[in-house]
Amino acid sequence: MQCYGFIGLKHTITHNAALFLTLSGRSSKGNMAAGVLTGVRQVLRGPRLVSAVFSCHGQTFSSAAAAPDTAAAEKILNFPLTQPDYFRLSELFTLKDLFEARVHLGHKKGCRHRLMEPYLFGSRLDTDIIDLEQTAEHLQRALNFTAHVAYRGGIILFVSRRRQFGHLIETTARECGEYAHTRYWKGGLLTNASIQYSPGVRLPDLILFFSTLNNVFQQHVGIRDAAKMNIPTVGIVDSNCNPSLITYPVPGNDDTPVAMEMYCRLFKMTINRAKDKRRQMELLKGISASV
Amino acid sequence: MWICECGILQDVSLQCAKGCDVVFASCLSACRRANMAASGCRGVRSILWKYGSYGNNLFVSRSKMVPQLPLRQIYVASSLWKKNLAAAGPQKFTQEFIDKQVEEFEVGKRHLANMMGEDPETFTQEDIDRSIAYLFPSGLFEKRARPVMKHPEEIFPKQTAIQWDAEGRPFHFLFYTGKQSYYSLLHDVYEKILAIERHQDKMRNKGLFTSDTKQILLTGSRWLLKEEIEENLVENISVQDYMRLIQLMELLLSMPYCSLEEEFILKFRKQLEVQSSKYEIPALQYDPQGVAFSVADGRRKSAKASITLRDSGSGNITINGRNYLHYFPVLQNREQLMFPLLFVGMMGRFDIEGSVEGSGHSAQAGALRLAISRALLSFVSEGEVEKMRQAGLLTADPRIRERKKPGQEGARKKFTWKKR
Repeated sequence: MQCYGFIGLKHTITHNAALFLTLSGRSSKGNMAAGVLTGVRQVLRGPRLVSAVFSCHGQTFSSAAAAPDTAAAEKILNFPLTQPDYFRLSELFTLKDLFEARVHLGHKKGCRHRLMEPYLFGSRLDTDIIDLEQTAEHLQRALNFTAHVAYRGGIILFVSRRRQFGHLIETTARECGEYAHTRYWKGGLLTNASIQYSPGVRLPDLILFFSTLNNVFQQHVGIRDAAKMNIPTVGIVDSNCNPSLITYPVPGNDDTPVAMEMYCRLFKMTINRAKDKRRQMELLKGISASV
Repeated sequence: MWICECGILQDVSLQCAKGCDVVFASCLSACRRANMAASGCRGVRSILWKYGSYGNNLFVSRSKMVPQLPLRQIYVASSLWKKNLAAAGPQKFTQEFIDKQVEEFEVGKRHLANMMGEDPETFTQEDIDRSIAYLFPSGLFEKRARPVMKHPEEIFPKQTAIQWDAEGRPFHFLFYTGKQSYYSLLHDVYEKILAIERHQDKMRNKGLFTSDTKQILLTGSRWLLKEEIEENLVENISVQDYMRLIQLMELLLSMPYCSLEEEFILKFRKQLEVQSSKYEIPALQYDPQGVAFSVADGRRKSAKASITLRDSGSGNITINGRNYLHYFPVLQNREQLMFPLLFVGMMGRFDIEGSVEGSGHSAQAGALRLAISRALLSFVSEGEVEKMRQAGLLTADPRIRERKKPGQEGARKKFTWKKR
């Protein structure tokens, strides 16, 4: 009988160069803010929340002893932040791709959420049409942020409560080496983590919502919990969703299989690119992340 | 009312329950001047009125305290401030703590060996128990309360191993769901369903799709129980989760090409043992004439019966030396004797010789019937044995007389109920 139980090894959390790198990365909040946000329209709450995230997100590791080449390590972490599109994510998608994947199709006029009105282009035969130019900008920002988080070794959690795409999202998460939660969300998963899991658990550093509503058309509990725990969120908001608590909302269709496959593909490619880039940089500088 | 430095809304008592000092020196001195005890609230109220605007003394002013507002006294039970020990759950030990305990145990074992004058290298657990019993003789009856020195593995409850690596990244991609093994199992089952659907589509495209494919044999097996699945997954699941899993497996089975995943499905089915193989069949013996016979016993209530079934007979039944017509005048009892032979269709074939004692006529008939059925097992085939078992011929009737209870007339009959 194939055992699904986990028989793990006993690991103790060691203080090593990787932790030092993550920690030093966390301290540079100003650079992060400047580096990530581009374009004319800047979401004002974005930079403040991001900086708040990196200052408050509690990691109780004490700084390790000085790594052999701290300057190189710092450069690895800080250099990407100085470039607007370090991972060249704008070449991953075009406006035409979004259109062909039917990302612009929203719900009917009656389902429209008031706060989504700025993101809508208009409505045609009672169906809301999402402004793809805004979507492209937001998506670019979201992908950029995801790439930076993945570059710095952050934990990314894929969340969705749509049963139609649950399997697809879990597969995508597994293929990128990240985590997924497309099942029933138990009450205190984020807010009561030390009791739900074990005392020393590390919470996700970024949560991606592929659909912000749950099966009864209410906002997913994870959005509110992530906001409470200072965890940044990226969310695909359809025309019936509330984009308020989401750090990087991406207005777009979350019902069509084509659109969902496209999003999964895009996020997978970003995360893989970012991780490969990190490995490449470390090989170049001759530092190994894991001791 | 005021708020002390730990942020708790205070009633008239001067010290916070957590033990931190109240911040407002001005209030404190004023209260001391007024000779404030914990009970006297009117005095405090008047002082609070005077020092209405707290200004910079206030650590946190959540509500803008207007002096004109009437002050309410709130009583809060002290049990609210005590730590809820029950809510914390079973005590958890860190891995370092357990390692330290193991170290101390090993060192202590060597000390003990030296104390007892034995070789520390070959000191086993039995030796340890013996030594402890010698050094700390205890008269306690409860064995678990006596002094014990065992390896920490046996003393501290087993906890699940840490499920993440040195950087804190969990190993399993569904870790954050809480039930990683169960959900990964559901994920795999769904994966197989999708694979079969793709196969189906391919066959349809080629034009080779047929509904009558090789089906998986499910007779003689049952789905694993919830407890067995919990054992396999090493985590707890709820009844709804179990039902969902069985639903998914049934869905998998309903597809035409499910035989592709036969071995995966059979992992979740348990073979049922054939019940009839559990019966011990009495040995078939032959008397000097070469006639086959078998002997068997049976019991019912307190009646004990013993039967000898002889082959190539003519259907004579003798009980306790008398003909069964004389021994059992009642038709029902004679029918009970007939029934096993009627069921297997060997009515006129056997001669039955039986002895029975105890209980009443009905119970004796039942005991004889059981004995006849058991004796028949050696003359009958395997399939017939299963049929007899399902007919209830081989089951001993467990009913016995229920005892009389005090306060009642009999086992169930109560005394006359009087309203007043």
